Amino acid sequence: MDWTAVLLTLRLALCTTAVLLVVGLPLAYWLATTRWRGRVVVEAVTSLPIVLPPTVLGFYLLLAMGPQAPLGRFYEALVGERLAFSFAGILLGSVLYNLPFAVQPFSAAFAAVDRRLVEASWCCGTSRLATFRRVIVPLAWPGIVAGAVLTFAHTVGEFGVVLMIGGNIPGVTRTLSIAIYDDVQALDYARAGDTALALVGFAAVVLGLVFALRRRAGRR
Amino acid sequence: MSRGGAIAVALLLAPWTSAAGATAPAPAARVAVAAAADLQFAFDEIGTAFRAANPDVELTVTYGSSGTFFAQLSTRAPFDLYLSADVDYPRRLVAAGLAVPDSLFRYAIGQIALWVPAASPLDLERDGIDALLAPSVRTIAIANPRHAPYGRAAEAALRTLGVYERVRARLVLGENIAQTAQFVESGAADVGIVALSLALAPRLQATGRHWLVPRDSHPPLEQGGVILEWARDRHAAERLRAFLVGPEGRRLLDRFGFLPPP
Repeated sequence: MDWTAVLLTLRLALCTTAVLLVVGLPLAYWLATTRWRGRVVVEAVTSLPIVLPPTVLGFYLLLAMGPQAPLGRFYEALVGERLAFSFAGILLGSVLYNLPFAVQPFSAAFAAVDRRLVEASWCCGTSRLATFRRVIVPLAWPGIVAGAVLTFAHTVGEFGVVLMIGGNIPGVTRTLSIAIYDDVQALDYARAGDTALALVGFAAVVLGLVFALRRRAGRR
Repeated sequence: MSRGGAIAVALLLAPWTSAAGATAPAPAARVAVAAAADLQFAFDEIGTAFRAANPDVELTVTYGSSGTFFAQLSTRAPFDLYLSADVDYPRRLVAAGLAVPDSLFRYAIGQIALWVPAASPLDLERDGIDALLAPSVRTIAIANPRHAPYGRAAEAALRTLGVYERVRARLVLGENIAQTAQFVESGAADVGIVALSLALAPRLQATGRHWLVPRDSHPPLEQGGVILEWARDRHAAERLRAFLVGPEGRRLLDRFGFLPPP
């Protein structure tokens, strides 16, 4: 097993999940509660990665990350490094690609919170932030965890985007799925098989966790 | 069913109903080719010329990495003719009893070239391989040496020309030689070592410049092909092979920088 790839993949999955908790939770809450009619547009845009092939996202990102493109130039001026073929580059791709896998469960969980409890809390003089922290989040907790776990797992299994923008650099952009592909191409089926089997086990555990959480959420 | 639903179903079924009533004669023969990615542009033209000369043969081409095709053909992927960037893969298919033994042939010697977009500050003519050492070069794309023949040639050339250790940290690996070219063409990588056949394709010639890497700096890229044991129409596949190594195929291969096989 390629342990460098394992560690890199875990790091990518953790970072993606962390970023999507910070960005996705407020976005999901806003989507679940706003009455603005333009909401559907935002919902559609965040859901695009479910429909689009990863190659589409990867293709756009590859063009956007070059030193001639505005995004690539801005990043290079700021950090002094190339965005394409870097960890930051695949992290950006991964965050965009996983947006719906985090935001949709988050949003559904928020929408399921009884509005009367929230308003009751406000009426008791609890601030909006404190209400969010002490009423909404505890009620929506299983959905939030499910979204985070799905994001994490989906990042571990990500292939197309990383293949398009990664450049297969050990320890930087060679994730597990790329390593497996590489092994198969190099006809090292034994090694590919070991890694693949480990991933199957991982996926089974994660999905079991998600379904257990769903049942718990359903009981409440 | 709603009217919209009925229309949708009718539209979905349309291809079948019209196909059933079609009168166009089915082509007499079919050849499905699995071609190495370095042939991307050259074989497009060879295919067009072949179709013009052989209208009775329906030719389909799939481009990809030679190693991927080898793995797929080992499990009997439905191709008839395999054109690899490395004659070793077809040879192994013959050894495994998956390809017609006497159909093994060599069609070209591939060459490699440095390629930069037109706007690049690098002067390939003046600096040659040393252009890779310029401080402005952050990333250098090559094909993955682990399984791409062109990647192995690129790595060997970098070693022979004495720059490998100095550029090693800046290498990014394309899955096959076409993706390697695309990394550079999109601007994401600064320079790449690509197949000369890609650098000479009209599209890349219009958008960039190249420098031929000396042929003696790497083992020769002997490109070969083979007809698969399960080819649907062995005779049609043989006609395509004959066309490829014949005068017209040779002329087109020449134009894309493929040297004749020894």
